[in-house]
Amino acid sequence: MPEPIIQVGDLHKSYGTVKAVRGLSFAVEEGEVFGLLGPNGAGKTSAVEILEGMRTPDSGVARVCGLDPQKAGLAFKEKIGAVLQSTSLPDKIRVSEAIELFASFYRRRANTNDLLERFQLEEKRSAFYSHLSGGQKQRLALAMALVNNPEVVFLDEPTAGLDPQVRREIYDIIEELKRGKKTVLITTHYIEEAERLCDRVAIVDQGRVIALGTPRELKQRSAGTTRIEVRLARAITNGQLGRLDGVSDSREFDGTYVLHSSRPPQTIVALVKQLEAEGNELQSLEMFSPSLEDVFIELTGRRLRD
Amino acid sequence: MNRTWTLTVMRMRLAMRNRAFFFFSLFMPLIFLIGAMIFIGNHRQWVGFVLGDMLTTTVMGSFWGLSVQLVTFREQGILRRFRLAPVGAGPMLASSILSNYFMALPVVAFEIIVCRVFLHMQSWGNLWAIFLLITIGSATFSSLGLIVASVTNTMQETQMINNLIWMGLIFLGGATIPITVFPAWLQRVSLFIPAQYLATGLQSAATKMATYREVGEDMAALAIGLFVAFEVSRHLFRWEPEAKAPRSAKLWVLAALVPFLLFGAWENVWGTRLTRVNRNFQALSRFSANMRPPTHH
Repeated sequence: MPEPIIQVGDLHKSYGTVKAVRGLSFAVEEGEVFGLLGPNGAGKTSAVEILEGMRTPDSGVARVCGLDPQKAGLAFKEKIGAVLQSTSLPDKIRVSEAIELFASFYRRRANTNDLLERFQLEEKRSAFYSHLSGGQKQRLALAMALVNNPEVVFLDEPTAGLDPQVRREIYDIIEELKRGKKTVLITTHYIEEAERLCDRVAIVDQGRVIALGTPRELKQRSAGTTRIEVRLARAITNGQLGRLDGVSDSREFDGTYVLHSSRPPQTIVALVKQLEAEGNELQSLEMFSPSLEDVFIELTGRRLRD
Repeated sequence: MNRTWTLTVMRMRLAMRNRAFFFFSLFMPLIFLIGAMIFIGNHRQWVGFVLGDMLTTTVMGSFWGLSVQLVTFREQGILRRFRLAPVGAGPMLASSILSNYFMALPVVAFEIIVCRVFLHMQSWGNLWAIFLLITIGSATFSSLGLIVASVTNTMQETQMINNLIWMGLIFLGGATIPITVFPAWLQRVSLFIPAQYLATGLQSAATKMATYREVGEDMAALAIGLFVAFEVSRHLFRWEPEAKAPRSAKLWVLAALVPFLLFGAWENVWGTRLTRVNRNFQALSRFSANMRPPTHH
């Protein structure tokens, strides 16, 4: 059995009194797209930046391609590519210049024109960085992460803040990496992203992995329940909804009641009847198939975007 | 070396696209030259001396430019992206220094040509000595600027410290006010100022009023200062905007000045620099007085 290409064991990292990473452990196999899913402040970026060699852990093991990112120096950087949570380049650098400049730092280099074509940046090759849209900047960041044809690619929140159309474009690019059997470690707080792109997902909260498996395995934890989110005209106690037919779990988040039901039609009928009896009104009702969000709610009692 | 050169070329391209660069590097020296033409009038023997001052100011400008650029790059998170690549602090800093130097060369050439052709400087001066002093001096003051960038945490702090140091360099080093007009004690203080070695060297080289040994001493002071300043700046280099420099790091600025403190102490006890500088200045003044038109009563 080959050694995992990324190994993380009991990793700890604090900033002053804030403990960002508290005993994080996971392993990524070669050719796998692995996701760290968690809310903001869960410690995902700290963990990835330790693996990129950008930060030093307080304790624990972090190895990438068999190397210690903090000690392996420039040889380690030849093996990885990365998109930071926020990439900045000089305003007046042109798109093609940025790719050529970063490619020139590596022994193994991809062809600039190929990258421009692959990331749909040909028309913008002479544009200044400051003139690019958010999506174009992110595509450029991805192209720059691949200039050295890396063994491992780290993508830290690659679609954060982008509009849905651009996000889908980025998904296509990552799926292409996946088809090419590239090892990718991606951090995200978007459920859709983790479910769609990742072979395996580690759900991270407060610096620890609280669940790990394929998206399907994780979703099975919520026992095939459907999530029903309702808003009511008047607040009611959470316990009342928990007793409705088919409901296995009921929680309230900022006025939205989130019910997990194994029999959604019966639950909805029971809900409407109860509201009528109490003179309350339904303001909105949405149903969702089981997702990683449900797993996170079950495990932490909070939503991912809290 | 390859990485340093690639970064150098890129930095030069970026500078050429920056209007502020053109203003401070090309337009400002032109204004100084026009001012110098008015000031000098018919006293051509002063042209070489003033050229030395102008070249000193031009070269020392790298102190400001590079510190501000490095802090901007760090604050904007640009350095973070470079940190992911197989590039160390050495090439990042060396490319700043080299690009600044190459961009300064045309300005230096322009100033020399204007002084010789339009201000009728008496000779081209010692061009080799000028070239070497510009080369070493540019790197020395760039490195000092990079140290300031590394020991300050914000642009505001950088500009405050830059202003303090710049005042000392520009007014006490002999680049704008000839140290001959200072009282004796202040002349002795000026021997500790790094700008003193560049200003004296360039004034002497432009007027051909110094021996090779004397200019060599200026070069040696600047070269040792360069070596220490570059190593200190490399040691203190920070990639991350949030990685704040501890207060103790500011003491490294003093460490970088140690060579000049030692040279200053040596000059104060055993050296003849002050005698030479005063002698040359008086020689130019006497020449100037003799050139005055006779007064008619």
